[in-house]
Amino acid sequence: MTPPILEVREIYKYFGNVIALNGVSMRLQQGEVMCLLGDNGAGKSTLIKILSGVHRPDKGEYLVQGRPVAFSSPRDALDHGIATVYQDLAMIPLMSIARNFFLGSEPTVGRGLLKRFDMAAAKRIVRDEMAKMGIDIRDPEQPVGTLSGGERQSVAIARAVYFGAKVLILDEPTSALGVKQAGTVLRYIARARAQGVAVIFITHNPHHAYPIGDRFTILKRGQTLGTFTKQDITRDEMIHLMSGGDELANLEHELREFANDAMAQQLADAIHEEV
Amino acid sequence: MASIAGQSDKTDERIRRESALKKLLRRPELGAISGAILVWIIFALAAGDRFVSLRGSANFLAVASELGILAIAVSLLMIGGEFDLSIGSMIGACGMIIAILSVQMGWNIWAAIAVSLIVALVVGAINGLLVIRTRLPSFIITLGTLFIIRGLTIGLTRLVTGRTQVGGVKDALGYDSASQVFASVLSIVDPASARGLSANFPISILWWLLIAALATYVLLRTRPGNWIFGIGGDAMAARNVGVPVNRMKIILFMLTAASAWLVATIQVLSVGSADTLRGESREFYAIIAVVIGGNLLTGGYGSAIGAAFGALIFGMVQQGIVFTGIDSDWFLVFMGAMLIIAVLVNNYIRKLASEAR
Repeated sequence: MTPPILEVREIYKYFGNVIALNGVSMRLQQGEVMCLLGDNGAGKSTLIKILSGVHRPDKGEYLVQGRPVAFSSPRDALDHGIATVYQDLAMIPLMSIARNFFLGSEPTVGRGLLKRFDMAAAKRIVRDEMAKMGIDIRDPEQPVGTLSGGERQSVAIARAVYFGAKVLILDEPTSALGVKQAGTVLRYIARARAQGVAVIFITHNPHHAYPIGDRFTILKRGQTLGTFTKQDITRDEMIHLMSGGDELANLEHELREFANDAMAQQLADAIHEEV
Repeated sequence: MASIAGQSDKTDERIRRESALKKLLRRPELGAISGAILVWIIFALAAGDRFVSLRGSANFLAVASELGILAIAVSLLMIGGEFDLSIGSMIGACGMIIAILSVQMGWNIWAAIAVSLIVALVVGAINGLLVIRTRLPSFIITLGTLFIIRGLTIGLTRLVTGRTQVGGVKDALGYDSASQVFASVLSIVDPASARGLSANFPISILWWLLIAALATYVLLRTRPGNWIFGIGGDAMAARNVGVPVNRMKIILFMLTAASAWLVATIQVLSVGSADTLRGESREFYAIIAVVIGGNLLTGGYGSAIGAAFGALIFGMVQQGIVFTGIDSDWFLVFMGAMLIIAVLVNNYIRKLASEAR
């Protein structure tokens, strides 16, 4: 069996007296989509910042293809094939798609003083790469700012895949999107997986995670509640775990005890449905 | 090969589908070019032959070219997200260095020009380093160096020469060859002139065009050009994808200082003297030209051609007002109003462009 493309073992991270991660372990195989789920404050952001080289863990092991690593910067992680697409995308709205796509890694033609940015190649590559993702770019020279949120996400994903990402970390790529656009992004994630890329998909929306995920790691209060394959867990069980189902059940119970008034009753019903 | 050909056929189709007008609207220099045409027509009507004639044209082109050289460098820096206010006093300092070294010290003027360039580049690099190290806005840093450089120029000049002006540059060693490069004039007899006077086109016009072409090439067709847009648009994002943000910013500050040096050299060699107060307000004139040229004050968007045309508008207004016989005191009012209108128009155009889908 090949070693996992990315693995963390018993990761701890402290910020002052706050324990952000309390012994988190996770592994990722090539060509799978791992969904990282958890409510606010569960430690998702801290974990991905460690994975992408922004933070270093205080304790624990981080292995890439079986070899321990200690990244000094996001660029370092990128050089190991770990690319992160953040919510804010790191795209420059007034620059064209082609210019954004190749910023920092521009293709060139010519030598010496005549060495120049090969715009023709840049435009062609962008159009081809986006076509692979199933998006028809009308004009690679249009500003990124004119794209919809879903399209911007897919440009960022296509860029990471094109520049050799073996692991793609997507931080809440669907959270700011409407239903239809979120669907588009999910489709690109599937395409990236089909190209052999391993994906870590961070979300707090189980309805986005469940259809695309192969495995699900649920974080809560800095710890993993476990990793489940799709066969092991139903969508409802997942939602239950994620939202701290037991606590919600207690809350529902409490509300019913006090609830003679209709308002609290309604609230309890709502919680019951959610659980 | 066949598939590539097929691909490019498809491209043509799609580009044709997009409205040509919206594509044009996306160019940042559009406003400045149409503005320049409009201003020319206005003064052609208001001032008539005196403005339209060869002599009139040489007149406003001379003004526009000196400002344009500054504006183009400032536009690159502004696209990169920074300001340089120190160029105004940099002109005075560079001019004075050339004059003192060549006249007082009797150096060959070429050596004086070279030393003055080195000083400019060092000051530019210091500006850049200060901005990066202190993380203060470049507006503040270069406002500070604007005063420091002016003060040093006045103080040191008086210390060395006892005066604030140094003349006699035309008698300096090597002046003839240097003036060929920086101060020669193309004289053409103006057919419109009844007395057979000639129109004098200074070589600074050639420098202006050359630098505009070079800057445009760098911006649009080289990797550093792409980086300039990137660091102005979002320095953090650019750094994350491996753009050498700090190095680029320092180079851009060195370029604006070098543009001040070039203007100073042209002025000193044309006039034959240096004055400690040379270049006053030029930093603001350059910013006005750059902004009229469609460059975004906050960086990440703009063009060198736009800045060159912004300077042309500036030159035409400044000289055109004289030709119309209106008191030239009104020039500043006109330019200030024009700045505000240009920004409003450019914002509107940019909004149209970013909605052009």
